[in-house]
Formats: sequence, structure tokens, C-alpha cells
Amino acid sequence: MDSALIPKGVKRCPLPIFILGIVIIGIVLLWGVYAMILCWLKGLNQTNMNDYYGFALWIWADLAIIALGGGAFFTGLLRYIFGLDELKNIINYAVLIGFICYSSALLILAIDVGQPLRSWFIFWHANVHSMLTEVAFCLSCYFSVLAIEYIPLVLENRQIDKIPFFHHLGHNMHKVMAVFAATGAFLSCFHQGSLGGVAGVLYGRPFAYREGLLVWPWTFFLFTWSAAACGPCFTILITKITEFITGKKLVKDNVIDLLAKISGWMLGSYIIAKIIDTIYWATVTAPSLGFNLMDFYKDNSFYGIWILIVEIAVCGILPAVILLVPKFRQNKLLLYTAIILASIGVCLNRWVMVLQVMAAPVMSFDTWALYIPSWQEIATTILPVAYGIILIMISFRYLPIFPQEKELNSIE
Amino acid sequence: MKKEHNHMKNKKFGMCIDLDKCTGCGSCMVACMSENNVPFREDETDKRKSITWITVYKITNNRPFPDTEVCYMPRPCMHCEGHDGHSPCVSVCPATATDYDMATGIVSQIYTRCFGCRYCMGACPYHARYFNWWDPVWPAEMEKYLSPDVSPRMRGVVEKCNFCYSRYQRALDKAYCEGRSDIEEDEYQTACTQGCPAGAITFGDLNNKSHAVYKLKKSPNAFRLLERLGTNPKVYYLSSKEWVRKAGDNYIKGENPKNIKKSHH
Repeated sequence: MDSALIPKGVKRCPLPIFILGIVIIGIVLLWGVYAMILCWLKGLNQTNMNDYYGFALWIWADLAIIALGGGAFFTGLLRYIFGLDELKNIINYAVLIGFICYSSALLILAIDVGQPLRSWFIFWHANVHSMLTEVAFCLSCYFSVLAIEYIPLVLENRQIDKIPFFHHLGHNMHKVMAVFAATGAFLSCFHQGSLGGVAGVLYGRPFAYREGLLVWPWTFFLFTWSAAACGPCFTILITKITEFITGKKLVKDNVIDLLAKISGWMLGSYIIAKIIDTIYWATVTAPSLGFNLMDFYKDNSFYGIWILIVEIAVCGILPAVILLVPKFRQNKLLLYTAIILASIGVCLNRWVMVLQVMAAPVMSFDTWALYIPSWQEIATTILPVAYGIILIMISFRYLPIFPQEKELNSIE
Repeated sequence: MKKEHNHMKNKKFGMCIDLDKCTGCGSCMVACMSENNVPFREDETDKRKSITWITVYKITNNRPFPDTEVCYMPRPCMHCEGHDGHSPCVSVCPATATDYDMATGIVSQIYTRCFGCRYCMGACPYHARYFNWWDPVWPAEMEKYLSPDVSPRMRGVVEKCNFCYSRYQRALDKAYCEGRSDIEEDEYQTACTQGCPAGAITFGDLNNKSHAVYKLKKSPNAFRLLERLGTNPKVYYLSSKEWVRKAGDNYIKGENPKNIKKSHH
């Protein structure tokens, strides 16, 4: 029925099955939309946040999906600026995943603020000293860049491409894409970094506070670095999940191997920097403010030292080693383990840098504050996931996302 | 010379709270809520959602009976100066909705500009900032008792102690009408100061040698909360008990508070 829209030379599932899939995910999406409307109409009393937890699940989700979406800027940088041509076979998907992640982050932010209609104040009354201002500017600009990067892909749809104007527009946009990739990389470095800075500048919160270079705390650099390391892992992970669901090979192994290797180098170097940062913070910064390392990991029922070990050793060193050793990363099971662990690791890091910061007491007579999100918070956090799946389903069905698909899956 | 002149001209309003006198009665909290139209709800069991610009903490020396000692510690906004006015909350607000006033040292909150991102709350180590999770609703008969000088806040914005800034404005207006350029110490006092039955709270200009707070802050028993972080607060506490003074900050094992260099004020 919709075969005229499907790219030539590839096979897609029957339309009823596709629609059934959209409906099932759509129900989850509607659940999230309902929760979102509740939050907008009734206010943030629909959440379990409180005055100790001003930042909670949503801000974590924002930071995590932006880090995971980092595959778009870093793969773009490698493909267009460093000229790694093989990556053209995965860049479309990296851009799509990035687009989903960033649009989701903006949506969550729109729910998260107490007065959403005043969100533009962040631009109008901008405080140049605030990391959040930098986040808002760079995030909005980079989202525009991602949209520009995604448009040529949409224009490649069979029917749209028939219109000469859109055909030429798409062709010309492809030619200048390096400029946008460079702009995107520049903007990404700043907003990934400034998201790290959001926690790092909190000098009233010794768990988060870090010294740094000029106005940027070390977390600024660590966040950019970790996003560049783990973002591509997430791109590989989603590619592999897509391959599993569609039952097709979509990207050749050498492309995945190249991206995995680069991720390994980035993750390996990042984790060394993270270990150095942790040691300096634990032995110099925190003690100078009156805290021992273990003060941040005791007297509560959840945040034990295990979380630091899991983040650094299990989700940092281990995947870095797997991705760096050719023999390991060419083993499928180990590769999957590594990309899953790296994706979890960066999410765990963002969790710690948001929620543990809020949970840990600062005044000597204060107590730990733990929190469990409300169903409205969970539903609105799942909402972008459902939206992402639907956008991937539609894009995969109607757009030539994977240039190697035809070659790898010939139709008889 | 000019710099010195400006320094003399600028006020730095602050507070000294004598913890030896505080009985923990909570009158300061009631006075504050009444003066500043602080909203409350029928069910206030979840204290982490209650708005109390000044909160009385109960702290103990953590020793077993019979050596247990208790101290009550009222905690308003500390109106941190940080370094050159970069208080923890002011520097992070993305929309410049909170400001450090160099002329008074008061950290203000612009309710109509705040869009409720709550970054300032995360930045404040004292938990002195509160979010309006609900729209403010007062019992019908209570609306007549609301302070006409203080605007109520809408749902979705952050609020906090402003050292009863409306009282300062009223005092300035009065002085202006009477042809004076400045106000006397007793013309501007916060509601909590006046509401304290034990006289534990003293308020005034920390820069003014004739004000009581100027002398009190120099007491050997004076300390501030979390001085080591460099927040540079303008609320001083007085206590004759060493364990109370020590509770004002964090120390690693074996550290002697007397040897710790704290930020200059």
C-alpha cells in the first residue's frame, strides 16, 4: 500500500504489521503525553521532587540522552572533518539518533521547568555566568544543526526526491554538510561541557564541585570526553538492536569495528582522566572542604562506594579494554557487552552527578535525602523513548538510512 | 580612596543569632510566614515540600544520655556574598532572576522572572530556597491578614528569605518623607528578629560600627555555617558551646577547627 514511499531495492515488513507496531508504541507515547499534560496543567506537584531534589529524574534523563546522542557530533566530526569515509555508512543513523535525543531533551526541559511559558527568559534575561545559559544556547543551536543534518535524509525519500527543487536542495545540503558537522562539533563540545559544568561549578556542593581551567571545572571536559566516547557506543547499540528487530544486516562489520575502536580509545583515555579527577577530588578538593571520600558513600541505604566502582571499573575500564583489543571487540558477545556497559556507564555518571549531588548532605547536621520518582515522572521519561522508537520506525521504513542495506540484503 | 568611600556607603545587612538564647519555639518561623505571605497547605506533613523561609533545625552533640545536649539553630537565607557577590545561587541562575545587591548585601529573588528551573535550589547547600509546588491558597478569612507590601508568589517559581526587604523599602520611604537620606538601626528590623521572644536574633548593618551586629560578629563565639565552602554568608551564629560551633562546618578526622583557614569576611 505504501510501497511507493519505501526506498528502492529494500524490503520492509507489511504495512499492517508496521501500523500495529506504531499503535503499540503509540499507546506508551500517549501515556507519556497524558502525564506531560498533567504536569503542565497541574504543575510540578505531580512529581515526587521536593526542595531537596530540585533536580531529579528529568535532569538525569536530559543529561543521559544528550550524552548518548553524542554519537551524532562525534561521528560527524570523524566523517566530515577527519575524513573517515567508512563512517558514511552509519552517519545517517547517528544523526537520526542524535536528533531524537536532543529533541527529547528539549521536550523534557519544557516539562521540567515550573513556568514553561517563561522558558524564553533564559535567552532574554541571559546570565552569562550560568552554565545553564550556555547549555540553553548551545543545545538549541545544535538541535537546529541536527535538524539541518536530518533534512537531506528526509529529502531522499523516493517521492520527495522526485520534486526537482527538493532533489537539488538535498544535493546541495549534502555538499555543505561538512560546515554543519564542524559547527555541530563545536557547539557540542560546549554544551556537553557546560552540562558537566552545571554540577562542577556548585561550590556549595562538595560532592559535585571541581576545580578547573579558567571558568570551566574539570567536569566540563570530562562530560564532553565521555559523550564522545560513549555516544558512538550507543549508536552501535541502537544499530545492533535495529538489525536484530529487522532481521537484517544493515552496516558492515568493518564500519562497526572502526567506530568501536575509536570509542575504545576515547573511553580508555576518558577513564584515565576520570580516575585522575576522582583521585584529586577525593584527596585534595573534598578534604579541603572538610569531607572524606567515604563521607559521600555512607550513612544511607543506596549510595555506597559500589556506585563509584561500577562506574569506573565495570562500566569504564572493562568496556575500554574490550573495545581496544581487536580480538575482544571482534567477538560479538564481548562487543555487545562493551557497548552496553559503556552506555550504562555514561548514564550512571550523569545519575551520580545529578541525583547523588542532591542526595548527599552538606551541613554537618543534615541527613541524606533519597527520592523515588512519581509515575508521572517515569511516564514522561519513557515518552521520549516511545517517540524515538516511532521516529526510527518511520525513518527506517521510508528513508534510505543505511547505504549498505541494499548490498547486504539483496532482494531476489 | 574612592573605593574606601564606596565601601563605607554600601550596607551589608546581616544577622547574628545567639544559639544560647534560642529555645526552638518557632516564633521566628511564624512571624516570617505571616510577614511575607508565605503559603501553606492543609497537609504539611512532607516537610521537604513545605515553604519556611526560616527553618529551625534541632541539632545534638550525638552523645549518649546523660551527656546529650541539644541546640536549636534557626536558618534563614544566608545571603551569601561568595566571592565578589558570586553567591552559589546567584551565579547559577540562567535568567538573572536572583541578584546580589551590592548596596545592601541582600540576595533578592525576582518572582516574575524566575521560570522555575530550580538550579539555584541545587546550588544552595543550606536548603534555604523553596519551590512553589502548588498555587498559594489561603483560607478565605485569612486573605484579609495578608501583608499588602509583599507580593504572593505563583506556582512554579522559587522563593526565599529576603531579609524582609519590603520593610527596608518602607523604612526608606519614611526616611525620604522626613527628609532623611538614611535610616536608623531600629527602623529596619526583620520579622523574625522582632518575633523572637528570647531576643536571640539581632539584625543590622554588618558594616556599620554603631550597629549591634557589628560587635556581635566579632565575638570569639561567633561562627558561620559552612564557611569552608567559601559561600561567605552574612548570618552569624553565637554559641558558647564548642560542639555547636564545630557543627557549623565539616571537618575530617583529626582536624582542629582552630587551625582551619576560612574565607575572609
